[in-house]
Amino acid sequence: MLGLNKKDMTLLIAVAVLTMFAPFFLNPFPTDSAMAQFNAGYPDLMQRFVIFGIFAIGFNILFGLTGYLSFGHAAFLGVGSYAAVWIFKLFTYNVVPAILLAVIVAAVFSVLMGYVSLRRSGIYFSILTLAFAQMMFALAYSVLSNPKFNLTNGETGLQVYPNDPQMFHPEGMQDFPHLFGLYMNSTYTMNVGPWAFDFNTGYYLCAVVMLAVFYLAIRIFRSPFGMMLRAIKSNQTRLNYTGLNPRPYTLAAFVISGAYAGLAGGLMAAMDPLAGAERMQWTASGEVVLMTILGGTGTLIGPVLGAGFIKYFENIFSKINDAVLHQWFAFLPDGLEDFVVFIIHPFVGKGWHLTLGILFMLVVIFLPGGLVEGGQRIGKWIKNRGKSEDSDAGPKTEPAE
Amino acid sequence: MGILEVKDVGKRFGGLQALGDVNLSVKENSVHAIIGPNGAGKSTLLNCLVGKLIPDTGSVMFDGQSVLGRTPYEINQMGISRVFQTPEIFSDLSVMENMMIPCFAKRDGSFRMHAIENMMDEKDIVEKAEAMLVDMNMADKREMHAASMSRGDKRRLEIGMCLAQEPRLLLLDEPTAGMARADTNNTIDLLKQISDERDITIAIIEHDMHVVFSLAQRITVLAQGTPLVEDNPENIKGHPKVREAYLGESA
Repeated sequence: MLGLNKKDMTLLIAVAVLTMFAPFFLNPFPTDSAMAQFNAGYPDLMQRFVIFGIFAIGFNILFGLTGYLSFGHAAFLGVGSYAAVWIFKLFTYNVVPAILLAVIVAAVFSVLMGYVSLRRSGIYFSILTLAFAQMMFALAYSVLSNPKFNLTNGETGLQVYPNDPQMFHPEGMQDFPHLFGLYMNSTYTMNVGPWAFDFNTGYYLCAVVMLAVFYLAIRIFRSPFGMMLRAIKSNQTRLNYTGLNPRPYTLAAFVISGAYAGLAGGLMAAMDPLAGAERMQWTASGEVVLMTILGGTGTLIGPVLGAGFIKYFENIFSKINDAVLHQWFAFLPDGLEDFVVFIIHPFVGKGWHLTLGILFMLVVIFLPGGLVEGGQRIGKWIKNRGKSEDSDAGPKTEPAE
Repeated sequence: MGILEVKDVGKRFGGLQALGDVNLSVKENSVHAIIGPNGAGKSTLLNCLVGKLIPDTGSVMFDGQSVLGRTPYEINQMGISRVFQTPEIFSDLSVMENMMIPCFAKRDGSFRMHAIENMMDEKDIVEKAEAMLVDMNMADKREMHAASMSRGDKRRLEIGMCLAQEPRLLLLDEPTAGMARADTNNTIDLLKQISDERDITIAIIEHDMHVVFSLAQRITVLAQGTPLVEDNPENIKGHPKVREAYLGESA
């Protein structure tokens, strides 16, 4: 169906079900319970899950298939955001033209950056992309925001002001991005007993877009083009002596992943009409690398998992402060309570990066295939445990896909 | 006029004259061997033919066209395929995928953007790759991970991949280096069969005299960057200059 084989179709349906019912899955705890702070089902965070999912899916098309590690992809995300906000400022709050322009502008920038950077491979390629991205960050942060020519509004970030032209913005409409009248920030809250589930328009727009680009990524993975990209990663010498020119293939992959990043940036601006230069900084580029590796490089679903994992930690762990910890361990004797809080303190709140770093190291060392490999191992373990009574076949060590 | 004409080719690396005025003519549909002691410039010569190196002087004509200044993939598209000393295959891909890539290269040229089609829907490519796997006697290994094959199988796959491109000239760089006797004999048989059944010219660089004398119709002996003699195998065997190059002055 849809030109996919059975296995890929199952995966696509699973992802569709997960994203469509995410407001339920992510809010498993009643609103008033002590565990409610582990709920991730609020619109802002759910939007970020899928937007960074899109970013990572695109990044994986370049890094996962060709092995070219770009350290500059956040630049395309930022460029996409700026493009979208400019549409909001000049023309309309409708998100469709904003997102389209974001994709196009990011693709154009990635053609330029890819054309130059792809002349080198390996570490030199990574450094070239990093240099490009930092130049673009510097441009956005200061150079392009002087009073004579203010393209990015520097430190403050680009936003929509009441005196902006907004030529096609009808009277009487709210000043917020919308899809033909459906406002991105409108949320319907469903109360079921003690539970509350939020259904947000913006989230569902992002989720549908993510499903579409996830489907596209599956098609690319299974296409002759995808096979050529894997061949580039595997052996460029053989590719050259098989009459194939690696350069246009890698450039195409680079532009596709740049366009994905631009799409993510455009959606980000559509959810919150603001674009800041910090979105383009090298730490943001590094984050998408972490997401992809953490989830499983070169796998279809891995980047999405990695993005969700990191964004969950960023938002949930960073909210746990000392007051919350004291509340949790209130049942312990006073001295012991303080001690336990003292031990846990560096790993939560502002120190969530420490937890993330440790988890990342554990995954890279013990699960080189990322979370996907973890899932496969658990699946295999359950299968073998079920079988072990009637057959003593040991666990097979097949290479992970 | 041979299919491959090498004229006065010279190549210097700093102070070392790796090749000096090499002249070579390979006849169409023949098996031509290039032999010589270590450091004779055999590999340098080969690299000049496939675009990896550009000679300082001279010309290399393939089928009436110059190959100089072209990139390896362009030269390959002209009809020259190369087999490496250590098999160069796509080790992370399956055997079938390895075989499909040259089929795509033959059909679509050096680049084609086909990002949406499913590769298994390309019936002509799949059929051709499958037929080639049968020819190479490895149809049962279709879904195998190429990295997990034996050295001999990798070599056979690489030769098969080159043949899938229907080249007019097949260059082999010590195809049996580091192989066990049985694998070497299999490779000799395979190459014999290829040269008998197909419209193809084979140029082979080889150390192993057993391989050379069982395959070649014409032999060029290279020593210190210049061709010593070019003759048929019978005459090469007893040639005094060849013995001298291989065994030293007094032999």
